[in-house]
Amino acid sequence: MPYTAKIKVTLRQSILDVQGKAVEHALKNLGYHTVESARIGKYIEVTINEEELQEAERICNEISQKLLSNPVMENYSFELEHVN
Amino acid sequence: MADVTVGVVVFPGSNCDHDTEYAVGSFNGIKPRMLWHNDHDLQGVKAIILPGGFSYGDYLRAGSIARFSPIMQEVIEFARKGFPVLGICNGFQVLLESGLLEGALSKNRDKKFLCCQTTLKTVNCSTIFTSRYQQDQLLTIPIAHGQGNYFAPPEVIESLQEHNQIVFKYSDAEGRVSEESNPNGSLENIAGIINRQGNVLGLMPHPERASEKSLGSLDGRALFESLFEHIAGV
Repeated sequence: MPYTAKIKVTLRQSILDVQGKAVEHALKNLGYHTVESARIGKYIEVTINEEELQEAERICNEISQKLLSNPVMENYSFELEHVN
Repeated sequence: MADVTVGVVVFPGSNCDHDTEYAVGSFNGIKPRMLWHNDHDLQGVKAIILPGGFSYGDYLRAGSIARFSPIMQEVIEFARKGFPVLGICNGFQVLLESGLLEGALSKNRDKKFLCCQTTLKTVNCSTIFTSRYQQDQLLTIPIAHGQGNYFAPPEVIESLQEHNQIVFKYSDAEGRVSEESNPNGSLENIAGIINRQGNVLGLMPHPERASEKSLGSLDGRALFESLFEHIAGV
């Protein structure tokens, strides 16, 4: 049974997120004065046709490190769900 | 003597490939050869240029998908053997994603896509790409990018400095390298770096757009001259 991997890629805290800053300013301009910050990342859904959870996890880590994120400036995290 | 060929890689979304071809072709004894991203054959070229543009639409991250194209596997091998590889703008982004150069390029500090002339200061003129420049020479060469903000961890920056791998820095017209003369927020005003081995150079500014009088500057020509002198003795 395949898995759906829900992968999030975010900029490291030390990297200036100019998109996030622009959104933060827009939200403040809209009157949301309690908004303190906004950061933008990427959400990627990948369907993996694997039976074993462990193997699906291994693939997730590998593709996240190899292509989906750039470890120099980004972090990633993921959740795996069974597709019914 | 037969012409020496220089490869210009064409990715889907490259848009400075023909400018680069034109600039390369303007030197006697040098012939550009276009190399398609899906090919494996480098056709006997003596150096490779990765041109500017938006390879694969800059999807995911600039350069990230191009890095896995068939031709890039050959280019990486070519570079590892010590042959010269030059990455301009998007080509620089591809070199960083490939691991041939260290660091990463994120979005410009002030959120804008920048398309303007910049002043560059030459920091290392003992490379095969910069031998025709003088040390601390000021060059007028344009930039055109949205993601040119060079970043690397502190230990990488220290190592780049220690091994004289920073080749070009953004400066002002008086040669001052400062926050005010930094167009995109790059650490240390870095505009271009070279690998430790000295055969892979990446830079954000476009030397091919400063290679003819009618373009407003000829300052990019010496970069090609240096490289072609190295590979062909031109």
